[in-house]
Amino acid sequence: MDEDITELLSRHRKGDVTALLQEVQERYGYLPAAVLERLAEASGLPLSEFYSVATFYSQFRLERPGRHRVQVCHGTACHINGAAPLTEALERELGVATGRTRPDGEVSLEAVACLGCCSLAPVVTVDGEVFGKMDREAVRRLVRRLGTGFG
Amino acid sequence: MSAGCGRIVVGLASCGISAGGEAVYEEFASLLVSHKAGEITLAKTGCLGNCHQEVVVEVETPTGRRTYGHVTPVGARRIFFEHLLAGRPVEEFAVDVEAALAGQKRIVLRNAGRIDPERLEDYLGCRGYEALRKAVTSMAPEEVRRVVSDSGLRGRGGAGFPTGRKWELAAAESGPRYVVCNADEGDPGAFMDRAVLEGDPHAVLEGLVIAGYAVGAERGFIYVRAEYPLAVRRLRLAVEQARSAGFLGASVCGSGWSFDVEVKTGAGAFVCGEETALLASVEGRRGMPRLRPPFPVRAGLWGRPTVVNNVETLANIPWILLEGAEAFAAVGTGSSKGTKVFALAGKVARPGLVEVPMGMTLREVVFGVGGGVAGGRGFKAVQLGGPSGGCLPEAALETPVDYESLKATGAMMGSGGMVVMDDRTCMVDVARFFMDFIRKESCGKCVFCRVGTTRMHETLERMTRGEAVMEDLAVLEALAERVRRGSLCGLGQTAPNPVLTTLRYFREEYEEHIRERRCRAKVCKALLTYRIVEGRCVGCTACARRCPAGCITGERGGVHRIRQEACVKCGICREVCRFDAVEVS
Repeated sequence: MDEDITELLSRHRKGDVTALLQEVQERYGYLPAAVLERLAEASGLPLSEFYSVATFYSQFRLERPGRHRVQVCHGTACHINGAAPLTEALERELGVATGRTRPDGEVSLEAVACLGCCSLAPVVTVDGEVFGKMDREAVRRLVRRLGTGFG
Repeated sequence: MSAGCGRIVVGLASCGISAGGEAVYEEFASLLVSHKAGEITLAKTGCLGNCHQEVVVEVETPTGRRTYGHVTPVGARRIFFEHLLAGRPVEEFAVDVEAALAGQKRIVLRNAGRIDPERLEDYLGCRGYEALRKAVTSMAPEEVRRVVSDSGLRGRGGAGFPTGRKWELAAAESGPRYVVCNADEGDPGAFMDRAVLEGDPHAVLEGLVIAGYAVGAERGFIYVRAEYPLAVRRLRLAVEQARSAGFLGASVCGSGWSFDVEVKTGAGAFVCGEETALLASVEGRRGMPRLRPPFPVRAGLWGRPTVVNNVETLANIPWILLEGAEAFAAVGTGSSKGTKVFALAGKVARPGLVEVPMGMTLREVVFGVGGGVAGGRGFKAVQLGGPSGGCLPEAALETPVDYESLKATGAMMGSGGMVVMDDRTCMVDVARFFMDFIRKESCGKCVFCRVGTTRMHETLERMTRGEAVMEDLAVLEALAERVRRGSLCGLGQTAPNPVLTTLRYFREEYEEHIRERRCRAKVCKALLTYRIVEGRCVGCTACARRCPAGCITGERGGVHRIRQEACVKCGICREVCRFDAVEVS
């Protein structure tokens, strides 16, 4: 890990904590505490600086996410086109509360601010793939189609 | 051209892709191979703006051009065999884009839906980088600044500050200087910038490089929100292509002036759309705004003079330099020149992107270009400017779209998000929704913003649950004023706007929620009662089987009943009943 960290630090401007964290999360899927500690030691920046940035931006995860990530958009257009009942339906179908990872580690469900696909409202993404014009029936079909890891 | 030759263009921006565009593209691709149709070309493009008709495919043959909508892989096969090979357009899938395009003037969206955003050749074929070449080889920086000032272009991110003036202010300070493109389009309901970034990234890049030349900078940054991965990818590709072609690097267009661009991504923070927070984020720190003055044009990135411009503002620049300041100033109104791109969404018949000359009325935009309210329902309000903007009622529809007129209504132009609401939208719920969004996105530095928006949200929550009293309205208004005055940045200063505009134009709905515990739009669940109508229920048991709370009782063939104390108001029973026997009041 040490060579990787040195190499990572050499590629970014000093003090550009955000870019460092983005690369770490890209690699591990989240920000492991051990990696942050090593980064702090190697860079000379206080560990608190890394946590300060990690907790400010909503995209950073300090805990391992589920194997699959489901996001429901709660932007204005999606909200008035029924994002709230859609979220409830997803919670029921997947068996996980919004903002949490299911105990078996298979799936996490998140509510996100706006994905910018407003003409397809309401929008759900699964592992980055966008599904538009969702309704409860479509949610059910989607969960079934995604297989046993989901239902 | 002979029969069997032609051009197919498939819309593959985010909307097109999520509507199944890639499968359609693949279908055409494999048909071209299997039928050895070498005379037919297949290309992809960005968003034309008619998102409601995705997947959109344009076909051009000797017999003419047709735009097809709602295309599926099956439809693609028919189009291929009937139109492309046999010369007979498939009229059932053909859509009319003229109706929506009439009334639009496309400057920013000039290439969207027409070029492959991943091919530099396509951009060059539309006079791409001609403006940059003209600027760096035959114009002095002050000349470029003057042309932009004369055009009357104002910042399209929402504040409307004159762009030429901003460039003059930065140029007057000593270097090094930076130019930054704000592509952090965070307003929920807004996707104008996304379409330009995905559909015509070189236009934004060219605008940024010209800005760099005009201001005297050596480095530029494009800060894109992380939620736009396709835009990030296409921008990075555009930067590489521009570098290879000599539009970036040690000697731009051989002029001797050196300039390069870095694409930085956000990490999920609405407040980073605010320029000082954005600059902090570019530096890699927490995106917390700071007090202004000093403004970024004097002290921005790493303390240096920095110009921050919105995507749409920059996309106008190449056009202005080629067509001239007068041509731009000829469009629009006295104080608001040019066009504005709006993202029409919500309960509108033709959701998508439209670009209209400033001065067109809201009514013309929503009902003319936008096709009116979806499903023929009644118009209630149009929300402009995202969480910093406001909701306007029918009476305000004659307002022309320009900076000053919109500000006078209590709303604002904003970045361009325009969400249409019908009679099934609850305005108190909308205010609550925006306040919830804002309090979560507040950076927390200012007490009035951090605590004030939380208290406002709590108050609005109680109103939607029927637990408020009339005094709460006065508290809400007082808090709104304090939050506005006690916040150091635009987020806090404009946070109360959705509440203030809904109170101003839809006060009766607030009073109904408080006094009568009634939500006329039937949105606020705590105020609703679901009941089964005896005369219509046939006892099919569909509702009872699907009820997640298990609160519906009844025998097969007999009238069913909802136990109110256990009902969670999810509405599933109403959805599944085929006899319209569940009513909501």
